[in-house]
Amino acid sequence: MSKKESTLMNMLLALLVIATVAAAALAGVYLLTKDSIDKVQDDKEQQAMNNVLPNFNGKTKSVGVLLTAADKKAANPQLTDAKDDKDSVYVNLAYDQNGLFGAAVKTYTDKAFSGKFTIMVGFDQEGKILGTAVISASETPGLGDKIKSDWANQFKEKGWNPVEKPLSVNKDGGEVQAITAATISSRAFCDAVNRAAMAYQKVLNVEKPNQKGEEK
Amino acid sequence: MKKLRILFNGILKENPIFVLVLGMCPTLGVTTSAFNGFGMGVATMFVLMLSNALISLLKNFIPDMVRIPAFIVVIATFVSIVDLLIQGFVPALGESLGLFIPLIVVNCIVLGRAEAFASKNGVLDSMLDGIGMGLGFTLSLTLIGSVREILGSGSIFGFQILPESTNILVFVLAPGAFIVLGFLMALIRHLQKTE
Repeated sequence: MSKKESTLMNMLLALLVIATVAAAALAGVYLLTKDSIDKVQDDKEQQAMNNVLPNFNGKTKSVGVLLTAADKKAANPQLTDAKDDKDSVYVNLAYDQNGLFGAAVKTYTDKAFSGKFTIMVGFDQEGKILGTAVISASETPGLGDKIKSDWANQFKEKGWNPVEKPLSVNKDGGEVQAITAATISSRAFCDAVNRAAMAYQKVLNVEKPNQKGEEK
Repeated sequence: MKKLRILFNGILKENPIFVLVLGMCPTLGVTTSAFNGFGMGVATMFVLMLSNALISLLKNFIPDMVRIPAFIVVIATFVSIVDLLIQGFVPALGESLGLFIPLIVVNCIVLGRAEAFASKNGVLDSMLDGIGMGLGFTLSLTLIGSVREILGSGSIFGFQILPESTNILVFVLAPGAFIVLGFLMALIRHLQKTE
């Protein structure tokens, strides 16, 4: 086959065919992989939930919470630039045979270096952190992505309770040791944890803490 | 013999990083550690090989005057498909390479080789060129990543070899990437000249 001449008709035809085939192929592959990708995401969240609620064996109940500026001011009176959230935080209340065990909260921050990341934070009844796990983040490799490493262990090891006192990094006068050269990511991580704590608090105020989990 | 020359062309003589100076964005951005450089290199090699083959197959169908937009659409579609497939069916691989794959769409090596080689040569030669260029890219990125990791974090491929007190932070940051790239480029040019 010889090379096509660059006539208007040929150019239009070539681009049209390529664009159409490309669009069809993408749509096809998207549909083909959609279920798998959703399942991978669900598995990841389930895995994260198991990690942040160690020694928990029971039922969970998911509640979506949309935080308002007033909620944030109530949790941290020093805040001056509190805004209403655009996305919900999901509080998975965990119940075992003794009643409320704690909660695994799927939370996020929009103050990350690359916009947004999503993490899971586990709390006990009082709001003490039991564990954290990163669900999805695209922070800079080698710097901000250390939020996925042992760095995050300090949150559970120090026994902090962000429901009582919001967390902040040491540069802002807080107790969280920030990642070297990734203060923005560390600050964002605290923001996500605090958001989770506020949502948990808000749900607890509505739900009776000793109520048994609903059958699922 | 000629095939071998095409394959090895990308490793030293026309090394995409140190000689052609293509694809600087991922080079500077992701080489904070040896593994990241390696991962980006392997992902790029894979895409380069298959996109070169694809462009080579399509070269007679695409009129010259619209070849650039046509190449971009073909490559971007191809990379997106690979990205979706990896996310859906090989999540473990997606975990480690996931970050790099969207970056390949805008990597000018891929378009550069499509334009400079694949649009003028046969399918097999184009694939070989893709593999060779990919290997050169992988080796260069791993080298830059190793130097930056050793100097900046005191480790290589995640294994700690130096105490934390010897870490020089600037090598993990963006300016460190420029410094390492500059010194390595000078060294390689010097070696090539004396050969």
